[in-house]
Amino acid sequence: MAGTVTTPAATDPARIRNFCIIAHIDHGKSTLADRMLEVTGIIEARQMRAQYLDRMDIERERGITIKAQNVRLPWRPESGEQAGTEHVLHMIDTPGHVDFTYEVSRSLAACEGAVLLVDAAQGIEAQTLANLYLALENDLTIIPVLNKIDLPAAQPERYAAELAHIIGCDPDDVLRVSGKTGEGVPELLDAIVTQIPAPEGAADAPARAMIFDSVYDIYRGVITYVRVVDGRISARERIKMMSTGATHELLEIGVISPEPKPVDSLGVGEVGYFITGVKDVRQSRVGDTVTLQHRPAEQSLGGYRDPKPMVYSGLYPIDGSEYQLLRESLDKLLLNDAALVYEPETSAALGFGFRVGFLGLLHLEIVRERLERESGLSLISTAPNVVYRVVMEDGTERTVTNPSDWPGGKIATVHEPVVSATIIAPSDYTGTIMELCQSRRGSLTGMDYLSESRVELRYTLPLGEIIFDFFDALKSRTRGYASLDYAEAGEQEAQLVKVDILLQGEPVDAFSAIVHKDKAYSYGVMMAGKLRELIPRQQFEVPIQAAVGSRVIARETVRAIRKDVLAKCYGGDITRKRKLLEKQKEGKKRMKMVGRVEVPQEAFVAALSNAEPSKTGK
Amino acid sequence: MDAPVPLLPAPAAADRLGPDWLPGPAREGLTSTPFGLYVHVPFCATRCGYCDFNTYTADELGPGAGRAEYAGTAIAELRAAADVLGPDRPTVSTVFVGGGTPTLLPADDLAAVLAAVRELFPVADDVEVTTEANPESVGPASLARLREAGFTRVSLGMQSAAEHVLAVLDRRHTPGRAVAAAHEARAAGFEHVNLDLIYGAPGETDADWTASLDAVLAAPVDHVSAYALIVEPGTRLARRVARGELPMPDDDVLADRYELADATLRAAGFEWYEVSNWATSRTARCRHNELYWADAHWWGIGPGAHSHVGGLRWWNVKHPAAYADRLARGESPAADRELLTDADRALEAVMLGLRLRDGLPLDRLSAAGRARAAEAVVRGLLEPGAHQAGRAVLTGRGRLLADAVVRDLSD
Repeated sequence: MAGTVTTPAATDPARIRNFCIIAHIDHGKSTLADRMLEVTGIIEARQMRAQYLDRMDIERERGITIKAQNVRLPWRPESGEQAGTEHVLHMIDTPGHVDFTYEVSRSLAACEGAVLLVDAAQGIEAQTLANLYLALENDLTIIPVLNKIDLPAAQPERYAAELAHIIGCDPDDVLRVSGKTGEGVPELLDAIVTQIPAPEGAADAPARAMIFDSVYDIYRGVITYVRVVDGRISARERIKMMSTGATHELLEIGVISPEPKPVDSLGVGEVGYFITGVKDVRQSRVGDTVTLQHRPAEQSLGGYRDPKPMVYSGLYPIDGSEYQLLRESLDKLLLNDAALVYEPETSAALGFGFRVGFLGLLHLEIVRERLERESGLSLISTAPNVVYRVVMEDGTERTVTNPSDWPGGKIATVHEPVVSATIIAPSDYTGTIMELCQSRRGSLTGMDYLSESRVELRYTLPLGEIIFDFFDALKSRTRGYASLDYAEAGEQEAQLVKVDILLQGEPVDAFSAIVHKDKAYSYGVMMAGKLRELIPRQQFEVPIQAAVGSRVIARETVRAIRKDVLAKCYGGDITRKRKLLEKQKEGKKRMKMVGRVEVPQEAFVAALSNAEPSKTGK
Repeated sequence: MDAPVPLLPAPAAADRLGPDWLPGPAREGLTSTPFGLYVHVPFCATRCGYCDFNTYTADELGPGAGRAEYAGTAIAELRAAADVLGPDRPTVSTVFVGGGTPTLLPADDLAAVLAAVRELFPVADDVEVTTEANPESVGPASLARLREAGFTRVSLGMQSAAEHVLAVLDRRHTPGRAVAAAHEARAAGFEHVNLDLIYGAPGETDADWTASLDAVLAAPVDHVSAYALIVEPGTRLARRVARGELPMPDDDVLADRYELADATLRAAGFEWYEVSNWATSRTARCRHNELYWADAHWWGIGPGAHSHVGGLRWWNVKHPAAYADRLARGESPAADRELLTDADRALEAVMLGLRLRDGLPLDRLSAAGRARAAEAVVRGLLEPGAHQAGRAVLTGRGRLLADAVVRDLSD
């Protein structure tokens, strides 16, 4: 292709189309992307790895996309006004989960159009809808597409009508494809060329490019993905990050097609990557604007913000000797995860660990899973909590990310983060969902029928109420049909209290929780009951109390053990009994002492695991 | 294939029985330590659901392993034992025939085994010779024959006086049969008669247990063993509990039953001398079992039997056919063995000694163990008086928590 109009660095913006695909998990985005690579001929079918663009194992296994990838596709439409003219399509792959809304918004900002991909057997889901609204806000051209039309359960007519209703088009405008068979994919590529506008930018202006992703590669350092808006960025120039003013030398600049391919420069509208040799994605942040040091732009492209952790959890190695390994593993993850924050913390019950901040629950799960998988760690995570702003009566203010840090003095007001949540479900479940949301202190802000049988409910909910088990509860009450999306929506004042759990009068920090005062009792009863089952009987009675401040709100008792003796010990039993005794003594060493009470590690794991995050988004 | 370097002569092809079989260090104290013989009879008419002992209901198990030939096979191991122990062969102070159901063998066979013991070993004048028996497998004639052959003690498996409890345990005798058998044993001239009880079986009530204890006390016995039902893995009972057909025995109920047994037996003149054993006098105690607890020496004859001589423990292959085959080839029937380290022996001393009425001398404990013993006195687990006198002796509450006390006091 050398020398043609579509050679990188020399492409006429009029021949460029930048698009992304908005889809729900499982709706087949990665498979469709694979077919596009095949149809455009940049990868041969026999080289095809399923889901070529998802690189990390976890993504491949879970079938979800965490990190956006992007790829440059040559395409000569067979239909429309541009038929026969070679074009360049940049496909910008977007993360598909609610935790990564900000990354999605940056991916969208790098495009002029979006393919709205919906499973023809399932219809649109809440996260897709939320991302669609985000795309519409960015003035993107939307191409509605139904996928999986090869499925026997596909109902293209029904869902085409639903999509048409949502975006205000004609049902006939909804394209139909099968990522599996490839049917309709060339037509879709043609539609991208004819419908999505070409990028516009000032070729002579100071260079500005937006970072929409950056990933850490152990061989190359940080690889940064950018969309050039104005001007031109060439290899071996010094670039400047507009948010920090930091400058770096460009070691390499290139395009992905579908493997990285170095080029001399990238011009207006082009999408590619660069490498500067930095080792930490924090130095190349998503949303930041890149300009040139020798001729810097004055205005950034806007929209950049620092990633802000929304959910905190304590991570502790089950084996205390693995603390150092946990630290090293977190340090390693940090290279590739600009949103991760952590600091050491000590729990009387769990020993040494870290308080870790996450974008959301999936983020938490992914980090935990990667730590366990890639470093072989076994971890306990404490119940996740959100960030509270506590105003004291003397006017001072505290930010609380750990229930242990809840201030003891006179509290004037407590503020908790809230989210605006969108739930889409069959309309039969409206009542059930409303009940659930009400029980989580939600307030209804809107409700729309997407079609006769599907409803969209909008709620404002405290974030703290949905990080425990909300998604599981929602799924089980709607037989799995409901989908959920949420975005942060500021904070509200709330009557929150800290519930402590005490064993024989000793508070166990790992079990403390911040809850609404109306729920303190049920949390206390639940936790005390659970611990009564989990704590082995001791030689003395162990009271388990739940308390708010000095007020006990729930109490259970682990009765003293009365029998701990094997009835028989004759000749043949002696070896067996000695071995059992040795095992029991070994087990005793692994007990954590809370005051005089011996608590097995497993009790902590079990008590905390039931209160673990729901599998949001899976 | 590289074999690991054995610390002991490997129980393999080279494992010929003979004077060299016992390693030198294990022979120390052979003549000065009390010595007993255990003879295992691996046959039962039916298998009880709770039982995990090494026993078989078929009467023909292979050459040398059938019921008819079994006495001869056991005598072959006795002969080998005498050979191994050689000139140091100790005086036999106790013989205990257990099972299984020893009385499934003709009394003459048991008599022949005992005669072989007398032929092969020096035997103490006051030797205690016990046989276990199922109430339904003995009668006046067989008991008389056993007494005549030199048996001095009979231990009968009564388990319960409640019919429905016997049914849950798969016992075949009627509730009154065990007591009747005890009378028959006395009539046959047995001075020492024991009844075994099991408490805490699913469905057993406090009243059932009281009735069982009353029935035992009405019988002419000088010894009672009472065991909390243990749901052993692999038994039919364990499977029924796992399936939810039967409830798991409740520890608090077991504790109540134990306390009731102890109080009832004590009131009737029985004193505990081991956690699960009561006797009317010191001479009524089972001296054979006391050998186990005193870390003395014993040789276990029969498939699956365990032995201990001078810090060496070994245990025979379990299947009667494999057992008989090994002996027929002049090889040791030992499946495996372990040489106890000093630490093992110290732990066992605490584990076994603490279960006894006589308790454990405090000087057998480490300094840390002695400090924890003092705490255990304060917590009501050890007798203050005995502690003053230099011994660790469990209180009633301590007996029920014996394993916890052992964990606490051992290092």
